[in-house]
Amino acid sequence: MRLLLGLSFFAFQLLLSAPLLAQTSRVQEFVLDNGLKVLLLEDHKSPAVTFQVWYRVGSRNEEDGKSGLSHFLEHMMFKGTNKVGPEEYSRIIAKNGGRSNAFTTQDVTVYFATMSREKIGIEIDMEADRMANALLNGKYFEPEKKVIMEERRLRTEDNPVSSLAEVTAAMAFTVHPYRRPVVGWMQDVESLTREDLRRHYQTYYAPNNAFIVVVGDFATEEILAKIKAAFGPVPRGPMPPKVKIEEPPQSGERRIILKKEAELPFLLIDYHVPNLNSPDSFALDLLSVVLAGGRSSRLYQDLVYHKRIAQSVDADYDGLSMDPSVFSVTAQVMPEKDPLEVEKAIYDLLERVKSEPVNERELEKAKNQIEAAFVFGQDSVFGQAMRTGQYEATARWQLLDSYLAGIRKVTTADILRVAKKYLDPDQRTVGVLMPIKEQNQ
Amino acid sequence: MKKIVFAVLAVAFALSLPAVSETRLTPERSVLENGVVLLTSEQRALPMVMLHFLIQAGSRYDAEGREGLANLTSRLLTYGTRDKTALQISEILDFIGASLSTSCGQDVATVSLTVLKKDLDTGLNLLAEVLTASVFSPEEIERQKQSVIASIRAKDEDPGQVAQIKFSEALFPRSPYGRQVEGSEDSLKRADRAQLLEFYERFYRPERTILAVVGDISHQEIAQKLTQAFRPWKKGAAIKDSPPVSPPGPANIIRVNKTITQANITMGHGGVRRSDPDYYAIQVMNYILGGGGFSSRLMDSVRNERGLAYSVSSHFSAEKYVGSFAVTMQTKNETAQEAIRIAKEEIQRIRQEKVKDQELQDAQDYLIGSFPLRLDTNRAVANFLSLVEFYGLGLGYPEQYPELIRRVSQEDVLRVAKKYLQPEKLIVVVVADQKKAQIQK
Repeated sequence: MRLLLGLSFFAFQLLLSAPLLAQTSRVQEFVLDNGLKVLLLEDHKSPAVTFQVWYRVGSRNEEDGKSGLSHFLEHMMFKGTNKVGPEEYSRIIAKNGGRSNAFTTQDVTVYFATMSREKIGIEIDMEADRMANALLNGKYFEPEKKVIMEERRLRTEDNPVSSLAEVTAAMAFTVHPYRRPVVGWMQDVESLTREDLRRHYQTYYAPNNAFIVVVGDFATEEILAKIKAAFGPVPRGPMPPKVKIEEPPQSGERRIILKKEAELPFLLIDYHVPNLNSPDSFALDLLSVVLAGGRSSRLYQDLVYHKRIAQSVDADYDGLSMDPSVFSVTAQVMPEKDPLEVEKAIYDLLERVKSEPVNERELEKAKNQIEAAFVFGQDSVFGQAMRTGQYEATARWQLLDSYLAGIRKVTTADILRVAKKYLDPDQRTVGVLMPIKEQNQ
Repeated sequence: MKKIVFAVLAVAFALSLPAVSETRLTPERSVLENGVVLLTSEQRALPMVMLHFLIQAGSRYDAEGREGLANLTSRLLTYGTRDKTALQISEILDFIGASLSTSCGQDVATVSLTVLKKDLDTGLNLLAEVLTASVFSPEEIERQKQSVIASIRAKDEDPGQVAQIKFSEALFPRSPYGRQVEGSEDSLKRADRAQLLEFYERFYRPERTILAVVGDISHQEIAQKLTQAFRPWKKGAAIKDSPPVSPPGPANIIRVNKTITQANITMGHGGVRRSDPDYYAIQVMNYILGGGGFSSRLMDSVRNERGLAYSVSSHFSAEKYVGSFAVTMQTKNETAQEAIRIAKEEIQRIRQEKVKDQELQDAQDYLIGSFPLRLDTNRAVANFLSLVEFYGLGLGYPEQYPELIRRVSQEDVLRVAKKYLQPEKLIVVVVADQKKAQIQK
């Protein structure tokens, strides 16, 4: 992440959790000769165009001792090329009325700008330029390393819930690279070299290991011509190595306690689940809504409303990851309440969805929530581009077209089946944040 | 926990609202019989409607010693009406996949509904009940009090928020604008049902309300539906409304000790109101100083050159009755003093020498060019229209905006920097591990 201003982690999480895009997709796919895939979706309701380049590289592709490499490279991609000076990229986009940024995840690194139709060509040219010609200039390497260490302090070290998420993931995954944080361990970041960055860039930044998503107010023919002219000459690279590591099956609960200066205890329970390539993914989506979608959901009603032992609860199925990920249940515990009591209440509810089918109306409600969120999600061109890109990165963007149909087919028996299959106590990793109070002056 | 951590480089000009050079808003305005000011923008692309109420019922109306009452009132709106329990309300909303949220600020409280067009009538009837027939049952009051207390504690966990809170308290002593909207654990204890009902009856009134509706409906059609659904909502007794006088507090250094790795710094002083004629020149000046994301001077000197911080920005907040200026940044404890010194130097520099012609032009080009692009969702448009009305800017504001920005000169920037940046009045708040930070005068 290049820059963080204002928006809270959780606010954005909500935005992303909502499924997006139209039922019958208007996405058009093109593939350039150098292997670069281009996904275009015209949407004329606002004068904005969002242009995104998705590289298929993230912390998933890193090795022990080199964690944080993809994210570091993302930062250095703003230090210029022979044509564009250091930090000039952002200035050029801004003075043309645009907004730009980039982010790195476990699976991908994404660069984007939102501009008007007249100006978007500027972004297209600069993205093509830095796909092949980034200087990763040594002079800016050390200051940027410090910036990233500050980023880690801000977002992880001094944030108790993020710290908990980090150590819990490191325990839920023992072999698979999802055990490492995207930003990298502090020591790893400190020891990364310019040579590491250069090699990473050469290995993964090529048209055949990337794709483009454009959504907004443009004409397909016109923008496609611009993209071809800018990206067409970028040479194809060798195919990057595939990540073949599989997480071995878990047999038995894992627990971790984090003691840190904080106010409220926090609970994070992760269960191993498949990604959206599995036919079970639709039922898992609905299960998360039955459990925690809205104030009438089971977890909210029981823990927040009736028992008043949690300040907030959530259930999140992460199907949009390249390798199998987790279904997580989280709760912020009310002051003076025992996290173990909250944990037990959660398990009681999970046992219920595993032992008896949800009722038909409850399932219909969950389906309505997902369908409405699908429509609301199309309100933003950026949101539509994100969802298209996530589907393409994980599987194929075409799966979005059958998403709602897949949701509608799910029965109460399906929910029961996936709950039994995946919410297995032997498959879970439990992280508990135990606040400690330091002496304040 | 989702893998994608993300934040938008929205140069968040809270009140420098985006404009519409390429107008697709076609805003309409009328005043309903009961006094509600209705603003609409018909957007037919999606079968959804967004309703955003701005009601003059913020925390500044809380009597001293009763802080938190306005916020509690706002939170309780959706927790029970004469005809429906809290659970029934959430069942209805969740079943149609709608979202109904309330919030409370210092001047206004908001109520927002996003709903599919087909469920609009259900949504409107529920809104009408919430705004005219909330019951504030003792059980729900107790529940919300506990929840607010938990959220006050949770804020204390976030060093950035703690810095903000201390800054407001020092900036506006003895003023409602210096207090937290939530009140304190102490003041909350005193709130009872009679006070809540009184607040609700007095302040939740149609003539105190601005309503923006954006989506798949015409002005006339929604006006009719509103008149029908809100028949029971009548004008209230006139309220003598004299906004509090809030002279800024004196220069000061405030240290808060926490066991954390970074110093969270907020430094600033008083500012201007939204109606100040210098508002636009100030926005341009601040963009150059620290509002302009990666294009700003603070970002250059604190982050890019020295690697001292991940995020650093400055902001002029111009509210209806009060204003402030603040620089916000985080840096490791050990470099807090250095970061503060550099921020002060940048404040001095922009007061002493004219900005470069190029800097001025870039700032103007961004502010003008990004204006229409920032109105890219129904939510953004609804928020924009309601604020245009609240600040009395007029529906022609989007057309006037480019000129208001374009006519700012280098001399204007220097003049407003000298006048509105006041280094001798800086209140500096540092939340840090004070032993390591060693902040000197």
